[in-house]
Amino acid sequence: MLWALALGPAMASGAPSSSPSPILAALLFSSLVLPPAQAIVVYTDREVHGAVGSRVTLHCSFWSSEWVSDDISFTWRYQPEGGRDAISIFHYAKGQPYIDEVGTFKERIQWVGDPRWKDGSIVIHNLDYSDNGTFTCDVKNPPDIVGKTSQVTLYVFEKVPTRYGVVLGAVIGGVIGVVLLLLLLFYLIRYGWLRRQAAMQRRLSAMEKGKLHKAAKDSTKRGRQTPVLYAMLDHSRSTKAASEKKSKGLGESRKDKK
Amino acid sequence: MLLLLLGIIVLHVAVLVLLFVSTIVSQWIVGNGHATDLWQNCSTSSSGTVHHCYSSSANEWLQSVQATMILSIIFSVLSLFLFFCQLFTLTKGGRFYITGVFQILAGLCVMSAASIYTVRHPEWHFNSEYSYGFAYILAWVAFPLALLSGVIYVILRKRE
Repeated sequence: MLWALALGPAMASGAPSSSPSPILAALLFSSLVLPPAQAIVVYTDREVHGAVGSRVTLHCSFWSSEWVSDDISFTWRYQPEGGRDAISIFHYAKGQPYIDEVGTFKERIQWVGDPRWKDGSIVIHNLDYSDNGTFTCDVKNPPDIVGKTSQVTLYVFEKVPTRYGVVLGAVIGGVIGVVLLLLLLFYLIRYGWLRRQAAMQRRLSAMEKGKLHKAAKDSTKRGRQTPVLYAMLDHSRSTKAASEKKSKGLGESRKDKK
Repeated sequence: MLLLLLGIIVLHVAVLVLLFVSTIVSQWIVGNGHATDLWQNCSTSSSGTVHHCYSSSANEWLQSVQATMILSIIFSVLSLFLFFCQLFTLTKGGRFYITGVFQILAGLCVMSAASIYTVRHPEWHFNSEYSYGFAYILAWVAFPLALLSGVIYVILRKRE
């Protein structure tokens, strides 16, 4: 990537009238965009907040173009806030973690990483204000040893403040979620109620059809002439009832029926 | 009835504009030279043009006011969109229930935002002399208008 960067300013300062050849432009673009063929990339958090007396986890992960070898090594360095030198506080090599036993982090570091899962995290217990500073994670995976390290800054507070945006996101997400849930519930209940209504309607119409069918069957059993009689009788009875209702009113007709 | 429809849409858009202006312009409290909240705390020097703007405090109550104002905008925009949907899909005689519900929700959100702000703003303002800016007043004006608009939607019936 260095030669590409060198070419860049050379091209810019060169003759402005001549256009750069497309091949050169393509090469420059590919070298800037594609990852380098053999290098290791380390990822950590950018900032970590911790409360005095509690413990904090410093995560470290990496990407390597080679398989994880048995000779893989992790190194954690610490640079105090305002200090200039970085001291090495943790080293892992050949499957064995080596923890600081003489410095300021004596008996406070715990190795929780696992090389198989590409995890090189450590836990620092019993934080103190003197732990403010920058921690660097360095991973070497032979033969892949060239790469950038990554740094994480530790801030130690008396009480960890809530990050900006947590309350904002929680209120917005919570209320929208509740409203959507209520809408869903409402529509489900309405859909279920409508289906029950439709089922009842179907049953009612089926019952009516069944009654008519049964009446028709009975009448055909007894002969052809009688259905006319039955129909007439029913019709006369219904008309008599209707006329009674019309002339006398509901209460009196009930008395008559009794 | 086209006039009624137009009137209702104008009312809804007016509520939306009030909500947008009240949320975006950072002038809920003005003092001598400063104008602050919801998002920025800006102060101009006495000569007039020099501005120093910092972001507002990260107090949890201010964050909840920001959240409810944003929610009210979301609900009002959703309500407008649903109104146009329901205008074309509702059966004759149907009521705009969903539209009305969302607009009423938007109104309640503005009310809760303005109330929380009124009660809790001394927590992050320490100067005693201040007066409420126009964005704060717009928020309070938007609340009854949003409620009215929502109630109109609930009562309205669709014709042809």
